[in-house]
Amino acid sequence: MQLTDRDRALAAGDEGEARAFAFEVLEAYATALGVSSFLDISQAHVDGCLYHGQASLDFVERLVRDGGRVAVPTSLNVGSVDLIHPGLIRDPDLEQAGRRLMEAHVELGCERTFSCAPYQSRRRPLFGQQIAWGESNAIVFANSVIGARTERYGDFLDLCCAMTGRAPAYGLHLEENRGGEVLFRLGDDVDFSGGSDAPYVALGALAGDRCAGRIPVFEGLPATTTEDNMKALGAVAASTGAIAMLHAIGVTPEAPTLREAFKGREPRAIFDVGKGELGHALVKLSTARDGDKLAAVSLGTPHFSMAEFEALAAKLVGFRPAPGVAFYVNTSRETLAEIAKSNLKAKLEAAGVLIVADTCVYVTAILDEVEGAVMTNSGKMAHYAPGNLNVDIAFGTLDECLASATAGRVVRLGL
Amino acid sequence: MKREVGVALVDGEAQGALAIWPAPLSFWGGYNALLGAVIDRTHPAFGQSAAGRIVAMPKGRGSSSSSAVLAEAIRLGTAPAAILLAEADPILVTGALVARRLYALTCPIAILPLAVSAAFGEGAMLSLRCRAREAIVVAI
Repeated sequence: MQLTDRDRALAAGDEGEARAFAFEVLEAYATALGVSSFLDISQAHVDGCLYHGQASLDFVERLVRDGGRVAVPTSLNVGSVDLIHPGLIRDPDLEQAGRRLMEAHVELGCERTFSCAPYQSRRRPLFGQQIAWGESNAIVFANSVIGARTERYGDFLDLCCAMTGRAPAYGLHLEENRGGEVLFRLGDDVDFSGGSDAPYVALGALAGDRCAGRIPVFEGLPATTTEDNMKALGAVAASTGAIAMLHAIGVTPEAPTLREAFKGREPRAIFDVGKGELGHALVKLSTARDGDKLAAVSLGTPHFSMAEFEALAAKLVGFRPAPGVAFYVNTSRETLAEIAKSNLKAKLEAAGVLIVADTCVYVTAILDEVEGAVMTNSGKMAHYAPGNLNVDIAFGTLDECLASATAGRVVRLGL
Repeated sequence: MKREVGVALVDGEAQGALAIWPAPLSFWGGYNALLGAVIDRTHPAFGQSAAGRIVAMPKGRGSSSSSAVLAEAIRLGTAPAAILLAEADPILVTGALVARRLYALTCPIAILPLAVSAAFGEGAMLSLRCRAREAIVVAI
């Protein structure tokens, strides 16, 4: 192991016991992977606020007890509790433990961001910046859409990086590992007009299935592709296939050309993707049937952006969910504060939209006893909801989600 | 006595019956630590318990929260006795390392090609020792 003087000081406890413990975990992790040195990171995003049981709390409490402080600016991922709207969580034990977990992280010096979309925040990193991020959708977004550099950091490890300002020098931190591996060529029959996330979600799900853990390169995405489209694509690809980085020719910053995306190397595999395959990928994301009774709609996995709120608000004229249908939108407290400043928030609430902040419907106990299917425009939520929430899920476009909420059943508009 | 050598990622010793999982599992969203059961409906091992078994799978998958779920399962005694991966998975390694430091409970993890693990046969009783980067798997 090639340690710097500061690394040795960290390990020796010169910066306190908490940082020594954090560095010990980092060092053991690096050793396990055969990585022999560390590099400086300038910010961290910690995905440790979701209560997965006592172990997540024991870890943070140990750092707090030892007087720990983070060494770099650190944002926090969603927690199990909506601190802005108390009472939304129906499980009192989860509420208490989840609240303590969030507070313990703040005691370590982390910022109260509680969002899975830190790239929508004013703390957004810059191209080329070395960072240590947790949360799979944030990781793929940072690497691909921004061009910042992070490996996949799980719970614990992201906090260890934040506590020390160090990360193992390997994987996607290093230029040579960021080249594309598998090429997906989109056919002319794929329709990206209309701005819907659906074809992007389909492509992300397909890529996750076909090249899990690799770096896919997409050729044929239109120049009109938005950051929110890429957010939807990356989130589902990360969920279904642990994808931590991707390129889209002419869209993402490290892929102006095919040659640059692959760093001059040949693709390991090439897939030609047409409308039929994308349609099939979308069908696989739904467990509910068309026409099924609907209990809830949930948007904003990952957290809804300002642009998404504006697009939703524009479609709400005359909208009202049918009785018995709850219509949720998940977002960050930062974006919530922004929509509260304009008349957007009032407009959404008047239409019966329930806004959830700091957390997300699919990770915690928000839904009432569900009688009927849940619908979403998120591929990530569709992938996880059946297992996490034990519900039937219908993936649909934003327009289908709105039409279904109005009708009280799963409605398809035909693509 | 059948014996294979792999690369140790997390040190420790374990014994248990082999469970061969042909597909990767995300522990977060895919494994219930309280029940000790696979809850990902799309996974071939859906409904099965991994508690006390030596699980062989291709690699980790999905959410970066899988470390915490594995650590919690280790604390509760519902985790696999050990994990054999065809490719190193930093997220599972972290969960196992933290559990070892917080609770002094081990869930050794090693790299071994899936075909090599599978050759022991589903349900085979195995003994695994991971130490100094070397993992030794023996049928007992």
